[in-house]
Amino acid sequence: MDARTVPIVPVAPQGAKDGAFEYLTTRKDELVGWARKFSLFPYPFVTACCAMEFMAVSASPYDTDRFGAALPRFSPRQADLLMVVGTVTHKQAPVLLKVYEQMCEPKWVMAFGVCASSGGFYQNYAAVLGIDRIIPVDVYIPGCPPRPEMVIDGIMQLQDKIARSQHAILTRTF
Amino acid sequence: MAATLLESLQQQIVPEAGAATLSHDGCLVFRLTRDEVVPAVRRLKEEFGFDLFLDVTAVDWPADALRFEVVHHFASTRQPLRVRLKTRVAQADPSVDSLAKLYGSAAFMERECHDMYGIVFIGNHDLRPILLYEGFAGHPLRKDYPKTREQPLVPYRH
Repeated sequence: MDARTVPIVPVAPQGAKDGAFEYLTTRKDELVGWARKFSLFPYPFVTACCAMEFMAVSASPYDTDRFGAALPRFSPRQADLLMVVGTVTHKQAPVLLKVYEQMCEPKWVMAFGVCASSGGFYQNYAAVLGIDRIIPVDVYIPGCPPRPEMVIDGIMQLQDKIARSQHAILTRTF
Repeated sequence: MAATLLESLQQQIVPEAGAATLSHDGCLVFRLTRDEVVPAVRRLKEEFGFDLFLDVTAVDWPADALRFEVVHHFASTRQPLRVRLKTRVAQADPSVDSLAKLYGSAAFMERECHDMYGIVFIGNHDLRPILLYEGFAGHPLRKDYPKTREQPLVPYRH
């Protein structure tokens, strides 16, 4: 056997069953999406009472860690999921926009609770009637506050969305 | 003791009887003119021991000639007593004297009242927006501020 025919990945001897696999076939977008959907690093932009529900859903009884979305990064530069939890006022809006712009691609935004989704029961000089007036939103979670199950459903819907997306990793198109 | 204090307050702060009333929650209410505010507050603080300034806010009565009612609250840490001062001012000149020299904490609360109602506190030299932001036009808690009027700092996406 000359050097040219030696495989790079060592293969098991003919007929041996050691459980190792040498290659797999898949689609690039499926593989990258699968990896990305289970490693969401949330940045909690928490402004109001929904924070209590955020804590409830993060803690062990519901546990967002099961979805790979448990470790909050308190720098937007390390995060890829912006969770806007609570009412956003006009005075805060420039801060929210700056936080969003500091996040690296790929990034997703979750509007957590009815205030972040639509302004909720606020209609006055102070409140922004939904953060989608300022930044694009991927998943909306209604409720005042939402149940933890609703948040988990929102995370799962976001995971589906990520899994179905195209993930350009080498060029703009691939 | 509290009753005696109330009586002497009623007689001494505003000499003309009938100007003060006792509200249902035991708060002594004085209706003052603009010029009476600072002397009355000084006596409240120095002679009657009302050492705690609680709040200053305003009420908008759009139909009245003296449109704004500035409301001060004081408490005493020695007596279980509160005092409320009400001062009417006109829309053309919505100003009262600042209490910041008597109570340091008044400065911030007067800023908030200036934000929300446009009351000018003479002698408070820092009336920059505290809850609102620079560039906000109007005073949102006035009755003629439209409920749906927004003044966004960030341009909307759509």
